Amino acid sequence: MVSASPMIEVENLSVNYAGKPALDQLTLDVRRNEILAVIGPANSGKTTLLNCINRMIETIPSASVSGTVKVDGHNVAEYRDPSLLRRRIGMVFPLPVGLPMTVYENVTFAPRMAGEKDRTVLDETVQRCLKQSALWDEVKDRLDDLGTRLSGGQQQRLTIARALSLNPEILCLDEFSIAVDPVTTMKIEEVLKELNENMTIVVVTNLVLQAKRLAHRTALLLRGKLVEVGDNEVIFSRQTADARTFQYVQGLFG
Amino acid sequence: MEFAIKASGFSAIFFVFAIFFFVFSTASEFIFEKMDFVEFLTSPEWYPTSLSNKRYGTLALLAGTVSVTGLAMLIAVPLGLGSALFISEFTSGVVKEGLKITIELLAAIPSVVWGFIGLAVMNPLIIEVFDAPIGLNVLNGGIILGLMSVPIMTTIAEDALKAVPDSYREASLALGATRWQTAHKVLFPAARSGLLAAVLLGVGRAIGETMAVLMATGHAVQIPGSPLDSVRTLTATIAAELGETAAGSDHYQALFAVGVLLFLLTFGVNLAADLIVRGRSAR
Ligand SMILES: Nc1ncnc2c1ncn2[C@@H]1O[C@H](COP(=O)(O)OP(=O)(O)O)[C@@H](O)[C@H]1O
Ligand SMILES: [Mg+2]
Repeated sequence: MVSASPMIEVENLSVNYAGKPALDQLTLDVRRNEILAVIGPANSGKTTLLNCINRMIETIPSASVSGTVKVDGHNVAEYRDPSLLRRRIGMVFPLPVGLPMTVYENVTFAPRMAGEKDRTVLDETVQRCLKQSALWDEVKDRLDDLGTRLSGGQQQRLTIARALSLNPEILCLDEFSIAVDPVTTMKIEEVLKELNENMTIVVVTNLVLQAKRLAHRTALLLRGKLVEVGDNEVIFSRQTADARTFQYVQGLFG
Repeated sequence: MEFAIKASGFSAIFFVFAIFFFVFSTASEFIFEKMDFVEFLTSPEWYPTSLSNKRYGTLALLAGTVSVTGLAMLIAVPLGLGSALFISEFTSGVVKEGLKITIELLAAIPSVVWGFIGLAVMNPLIIEVFDAPIGLNVLNGGIILGLMSVPIMTTIAEDALKAVPDSYREASLALGATRWQTAHKVLFPAARSGLLAAVLLGVGRAIGETMAVLMATGHAVQIPGSPLDSVRTLTATIAAELGETAAGSDHYQALFAVGVLLFLLTFGVNLAADLIVRGRSAR
């Protein structure tokens, strides 16, 4: 919390898919060491926003992007190799994607691709990440099983462990609880609160209550536009700046 | 309509069995009564027309097939899998469609045209470059067969790569892997069985090919000592000799026995490919 500059600065970000707008002039900051929730109905551009932060948007040929995204003060467009950017940002997808390899190999995939070969370092990484994601006790004897053999909830925690393997400064989660049972969801929420001590976290969620429980601040997106971003005390009160925020939070539409 | 479909399905199966039955029954007298199994499989001497010393050993022919096919695969596997990877992962839109159509056009080139290229283009080139006494040899046949096997391999391998879920690509890239690392460490392992099937189908294609190897490999029945030696494959032997034998003669029947051997060989390769693909879909 030394530097005052935001961890992520999104400025005038617009994205079209084959001419169809998905994000429209979005400007939004994510502060250091906060948990920011991004809520909004389906197709409002939440996933697109995350994809712009780690430049995965480039893998979609029909997407065209304008505006800037800065991570830790640096324009992400200036990374010559997007891999270097992506190694600083952990990303968790809605459905757990166990890569077709063992639990151990899943967790060490990113470090290995980044050039880490030292077995003891990798062993430590596996232990640290699986502990951080509250999965260690369940899988410590199954490290050589295929990742896909784990239960759905375990797999999602495995993808979180994987996302932590390079000690990212930022962790982004896209509707992580969509295919996970409530108990696991609660476990993961606890994990995120602990990780937040030294990590900036962006949680895209379709669950308004999850945003309320978890985040310091919440942003509402609607059809690609930012409706409002503010402290949770404001967003989840009657005093929202925009009437639509109140309506959405109360479940009156969406 | 339903009947027509059933009828054509059954007739296809019927013809396969009928062909095998015909080949096998024509060869059976030779196989069971006249042939010396050990000689047939282990002797390199194939002298079916010798007056005093007839020999029906297929080892040299088998070596011809194996050497030409092996060399063909050395060329076709990297080219075929490489172009499949390129088309699947590093191109999109018009370029991708254009390349796929081109590859399919390559598959449509008649094998006699490939043989002609082997004879008219490769032959003088090999003599020139390698100072070889003759340009019709294992190298020539291997290159031609290799190029011929590329399209089927590329097509099947591209399908296999396309079948890998996009979520694997996204997960790998988002973890900071480069596109090459993603291809090498995630896509290839995930598509492993499909890629293996592609290779085996290419092998089957190469083993069974006749016309191009007949024109490109020369005619010496011998176990090749180098890629510049001339050889004769199983298929080329049948094609070259069958027209000159009297129906029912020993030689005639022996060629059918060679046909049975060839059939078992390609059947084995295709069965392996099939089992691998099934193994994948069962998982
Ligand atoms: N790969 C894509 N190609 C074309 N359109 C897309 C693609 N991804 C998202 N979109 C469109 O962009 C809009 C925003 O989508 P998205 O960012 O996924 O929203 P959310 O995550 O809030 O549901 C939607 O209208 C969606 O249909
Ligand atoms: Mg989404």
